[in-house]
Amino acid sequence: MKTLTVSVVTPDGPILEDTFEMVVCKAENGELGILPNHTPIIAPLVISAARLKRDGKTVKIAINGGFVEVNDNKVTILAQSAETPGNIDVQRARKAKERAERRLKTKKDDIDFRRAEYALRRAINRLDIIDER
Amino acid sequence: MASLRDIQNRIGSTKKTKQITNAMHMVSASKLSKAEQNATSFVPYSEKMQEIVKHIALSNETFEHPMLKPREVKKTAYFVITSDRGLAGPFNSGILRKVYRMIHEKHQSPEEYTIIVVGRMGRDFFRQRNMPITNEFIGLSDQPVFSDIQDLTQESVQLYIDQEIDELNIVYNHFISAISQEVVTKKVLPLTGFDEEEQEDVNSNSEYEFEPSKAEILESLLPQYAESLIYGALLDSKASEHAARMTAMRSATDNANELIDDLSLQYNRARQAAITQEISEIVSGAAAQE
Repeated sequence: MKTLTVSVVTPDGPILEDTFEMVVCKAENGELGILPNHTPIIAPLVISAARLKRDGKTVKIAINGGFVEVNDNKVTILAQSAETPGNIDVQRARKAKERAERRLKTKKDDIDFRRAEYALRRAINRLDIIDER
Repeated sequence: MASLRDIQNRIGSTKKTKQITNAMHMVSASKLSKAEQNATSFVPYSEKMQEIVKHIALSNETFEHPMLKPREVKKTAYFVITSDRGLAGPFNSGILRKVYRMIHEKHQSPEEYTIIVVGRMGRDFFRQRNMPITNEFIGLSDQPVFSDIQDLTQESVQLYIDQEIDELNIVYNHFISAISQEVVTKKVLPLTGFDEEEQEDVNSNSEYEFEPSKAEILESLLPQYAESLIYGALLDSKASEHAARMTAMRSATDNANELIDDLSLQYNRARQAAITQEISEIVSGAAAQE
């Protein structure tokens, strides 16, 4: 059976490189399922979990925005940061979530607000990945 | 001539200094190898990013994206990367001298430029000279991660998007090898330099499908690309900093060794002279008694 070679790359180095049967990730206009022999594509990703499937098992990775590129059965996820469940610090994510929520309540100017919103989304995304495992 | 005790004191203090510089040399050497590692792990990301940007930027359609199109330059921003601490040889002085000269050659008034500075040495330099600083970042760790400086890069790119600045140049020490670094200036925004290889790449980019559309991808891709360029320069500069400090500390240690040798020679000579004098005093004293 054909497989996909998946690599997740961030500015701080490659996070993961392995073969999978299917990749599901969330692009800006909806979920994107990638199977082998997919047509070459480039799509921006939102802050979400990417699911990599192999032998009935799913590996989840927290993606904090970026791109997915598919070409010749190679899937490259370019993310500003990405975490596998083992690398997520639950305590820190919880704290980040609380902090962001607090900041959203005391709304000041637009930039701070947007930043807090992103931080909250990232934190929720991280926690989701751990809980559902 | 210095007394025996004076020389001995100097030897002692030089030895202490040598211990410190030697330790700093070894610390920098280990930091350098880590910094080099960081720079290498960033390479796959930047290469891929560049590839995608090229794919899109070189396609046959033309895009009216502000980040790709040069506009009339009313205000230039300089992104200067220095270190927080000194004792790194010419690392900071070289880059600051170059920026200072460049700014004074190109601009008449402080309204025409602004500075974004990383590192305490640079900030203090520009503050003392009353040059406009829009943004500063102090306390970058020795092993920076992308999230540390993400805010700074985002704000810098935002300045360009908001038309506060019309050009963004980055000035940093490029790491060539452990013993040589070079101050380079790179234009980050507007993004140019894709046209040269146009002919070769056209074939390979026609096959991609873009979701939702090229223009929209460009919208989120270009800022990220510019940010990654800045981050790359930061990693490069960190490696240079450690290398420069390592070299400076090694030559300081060598100098201390030389000084200690010279002083020991002087010390021995003075000691010998004192002994000789004492003997001749005794001999002449004995001769006078006869």
